[in-house]
Amino acid sequence: MSGGVSASSPRWHALTPGALLGRRKPPAALLAAGLVIAAGAVLPAVYLLIVIAGDLGPALDVAFDADTGLVLLRTLALAAAVTAAAVLIAVPIAWLTVRTDLPGRRLWATLCTLPLVIPSYVGAYLFVAALGPNGMLQDALGVERLPSIYGFFGAWLVLTLFTYPLVLLPVRSTLRRLDPQLEDAARGMGRTPFETFRTVVLPQLWPAIAAGGLLAALYVMSDFGAVSIMRFDSFTTEIYVSYKSAFDRTATAGLGAVLVALMLVLLWVNSRIRNSRALHRLGPGPSRPPRPYPLGRWRWPALLGCSALVLIALVLPVAVLVYWSTEGIAGGAVSAKIVGALAANSLMTAAFAALAGGACALVIALLAGRFPGAVSRTLERMSHAGYALPGIVVALALVYFATRAVAPVYQTLTLLVFALTVHYLPLGIGPITAALGQVSPRVEEAARGLGRGPLEVFRTITAPLLRGGILAGAALVFLHAIKELPATLILAPIGFETLATEIWNQTTFGFYEASAIPSLVLLAIAAPPLYLLSERGTVSS
Amino acid sequence: MPTRKLGIPVIVLLTAASLVVGACGADTSGNDGGPEEPETEGITLYSGRIPAAIGGAVDIYEAAADRDVQVRFADTADLAATIVEEGKNSPADVFFAQEPGAIGAVAAEGLLEKLPDDILKRVPAAYRDPNGYFVGVTGRARIIAYSEDVPRSELPDSPFELTDPKWKGRVGWGPATASLQQFVTALRIQYGDDRTREWLEGMVENDAVDYPNNVAIRDAIANGEIDLGLINHYYVAQAIAAEGPDYPVKVHFPPEGLGSLVLTTSVGVLASSDRKDEAIDFVRSLLAKPSQEFFTSSSKEYPLARDVEPDPSLTIPLEDIPTPPPGDLFDVTQLQETIEMMEEAGAL
Repeated sequence: MSGGVSASSPRWHALTPGALLGRRKPPAALLAAGLVIAAGAVLPAVYLLIVIAGDLGPALDVAFDADTGLVLLRTLALAAAVTAAAVLIAVPIAWLTVRTDLPGRRLWATLCTLPLVIPSYVGAYLFVAALGPNGMLQDALGVERLPSIYGFFGAWLVLTLFTYPLVLLPVRSTLRRLDPQLEDAARGMGRTPFETFRTVVLPQLWPAIAAGGLLAALYVMSDFGAVSIMRFDSFTTEIYVSYKSAFDRTATAGLGAVLVALMLVLLWVNSRIRNSRALHRLGPGPSRPPRPYPLGRWRWPALLGCSALVLIALVLPVAVLVYWSTEGIAGGAVSAKIVGALAANSLMTAAFAALAGGACALVIALLAGRFPGAVSRTLERMSHAGYALPGIVVALALVYFATRAVAPVYQTLTLLVFALTVHYLPLGIGPITAALGQVSPRVEEAARGLGRGPLEVFRTITAPLLRGGILAGAALVFLHAIKELPATLILAPIGFETLATEIWNQTTFGFYEASAIPSLVLLAIAAPPLYLLSERGTVSS
Repeated sequence: MPTRKLGIPVIVLLTAASLVVGACGADTSGNDGGPEEPETEGITLYSGRIPAAIGGAVDIYEAAADRDVQVRFADTADLAATIVEEGKNSPADVFFAQEPGAIGAVAAEGLLEKLPDDILKRVPAAYRDPNGYFVGVTGRARIIAYSEDVPRSELPDSPFELTDPKWKGRVGWGPATASLQQFVTALRIQYGDDRTREWLEGMVENDAVDYPNNVAIRDAIANGEIDLGLINHYYVAQAIAAEGPDYPVKVHFPPEGLGSLVLTTSVGVLASSDRKDEAIDFVRSLLAKPSQEFFTSSSKEYPLARDVEPDPSLTIPLEDIPTPPPGDLFDVTQLQETIEMMEEAGAL
């Protein structure tokens, strides 16, 4: 047997999904849905190929340029550093808030996940305002000059703090579903808590860690807001220079294609990590919830650690926003009626995107998880195409196709929701896949053996067990859709403004005080889904 | 299992609620007076300039022509790329660009309509397309902003002096911004590639501090991070108007080295438009006295129409500012060569 599970627990085997499930064929309807979804998700990549095909020589020149390669390596280094740091933060926090008796752990769970709602273009600026040269911290400390936070370090810090929740969510979700009997057995054999964690718990968390880590890495690859403010030249900076400064459509497409190729490589690496340690529960599930691990003296360092994290990642940015908003209100820059209308628009768009994204992600995750094979693997990879690309590229791709093929839909909310779904689909797939890994196919097979049809089995058995993952996926899509900017500016109906577009309006000319209220409202709207996620995102028994 | 069923209905309820609320609050544009105008009458404007910068001019036109203007606000370059992708199916009638390069790129794709002579003649030749496809509306002056702690006697007469060691690490610039890239293009046209490349490399060696946009540079000077910045005039003028005359950043118009270069915001009519007459009418309105006066008083930019007085904060008259030959700043190929040179020099 491969994998890190001891031989004393014969109910558990480390197997690839294919070995466990055999070559099952998916129902035709599911497969058809998956094909349609993947075809939609891959539209941006198709657009890139069309543009490149129109001007092949220059596109290849740009893609294979030595300087491009250097920037790519630099960006990969940043992505790796951010992913590593995010995992190192998320796993301990997940364990502390799920498995120990940490005081106030439900509150900590929500607080530690909240940084996800802060848009990177706002967050980076807040960090500079707080921690940068002549920032608020420097004034507060009365120091002449703080060490510079710009460059690789600053970009790494900001991106880590805003992406670790992407790992935290699936890991927490999985941790709550684990069978404590396994760990008890290991402890009973005399293993220390740490060894137990390392050999029993961690292998079961790998799929969740891998899923979250992939999302974090891809996010870093496609982010522009944070890296430009922190003055780190990343791959997306190259893309922006090519279309914003040089108006070179071909170069933009060439660089975008490199990103997509890179994403495929990352996906392949990710699937190796996931499948080499995939664990499926063979028994019916935990018979009792796990006993909280008593922290004792360690409670204080744990609380200190959580407080430090929440302070830097959440309290600091919010404090800056509150400070600015008091100036904004004093200056008369805000109208409650307008902010309310903006909030309604943001909410509506994000809700639609979450519904669509969650549903599509469910289809893809089921295909990849329950009917493994070359086809579903391909569909899953195609579904990631839109996430690795910057939002503006996704938007331009849809402008291209919509104006040529489905003109009535152009610049309607429908197209915008479609764009957001394409752009954020993997965020939904990750958590559902992780949850699916904790649901044994044997239970479904038993139900089928009792005569229930596949749809009924899904409805009565699989879906309730997946509920946590589906909610987590939809909530992640919601959180990202609500703060999205470039696609909204281009594809939304004229006059349809959101909190994000209003923030952009104000910050373009430096009216940061006026941008603070919309930012705070954005955080306020996004917080409840996060709470729902943390608390309801699991099955009661 | 009663608790299990609670999650999904709650979600559905929340979504339904948000849909209802959203449907009520969908239109956040400023068109909240009067009855609904029929779609065919109004025009659609793609504006790379934010509402505060053009709102007044749009209102003037809507009142005078009794016609609705639907405006899409977004980044100028994003809009230019969008117009190119839309091609002949573009819903836009007019494109108002913040920088010359963007509208030059759109014109190079053959997507703009030639403007009538009476409009073109409203502005001096240097501030419009020689082929007549777009026209400048306002002028944004490049200047050197300086901290009030720097004595006037020390201020450089030309940006070329900024490579001097005495300014090491004290100067901020924005290589990623369109306006600096336009400035470098103008330098290449006026002084040649070699001298420009020397200047770029000199700035990099002299530790010129890199910022993502002009506002950051202005704020950095105000904070004492740097002493000088190569930015546009109105960022400082607006801050002074908002915060008062004690604002710690001042404006210097360098007399040489194109230090006071004027960049145009320009407007063009799309060839694909179904409402060309109305669109041209709108452009005419932008160049008429009322709109021009709005632009200069609110955004502190130079009015390019011939008979309009600039805002008092613009201390140097437009005629005294040297300009590169007409059209070159709008040439996309020139811009692309500039980008290449900046990348080779390590500035980008």
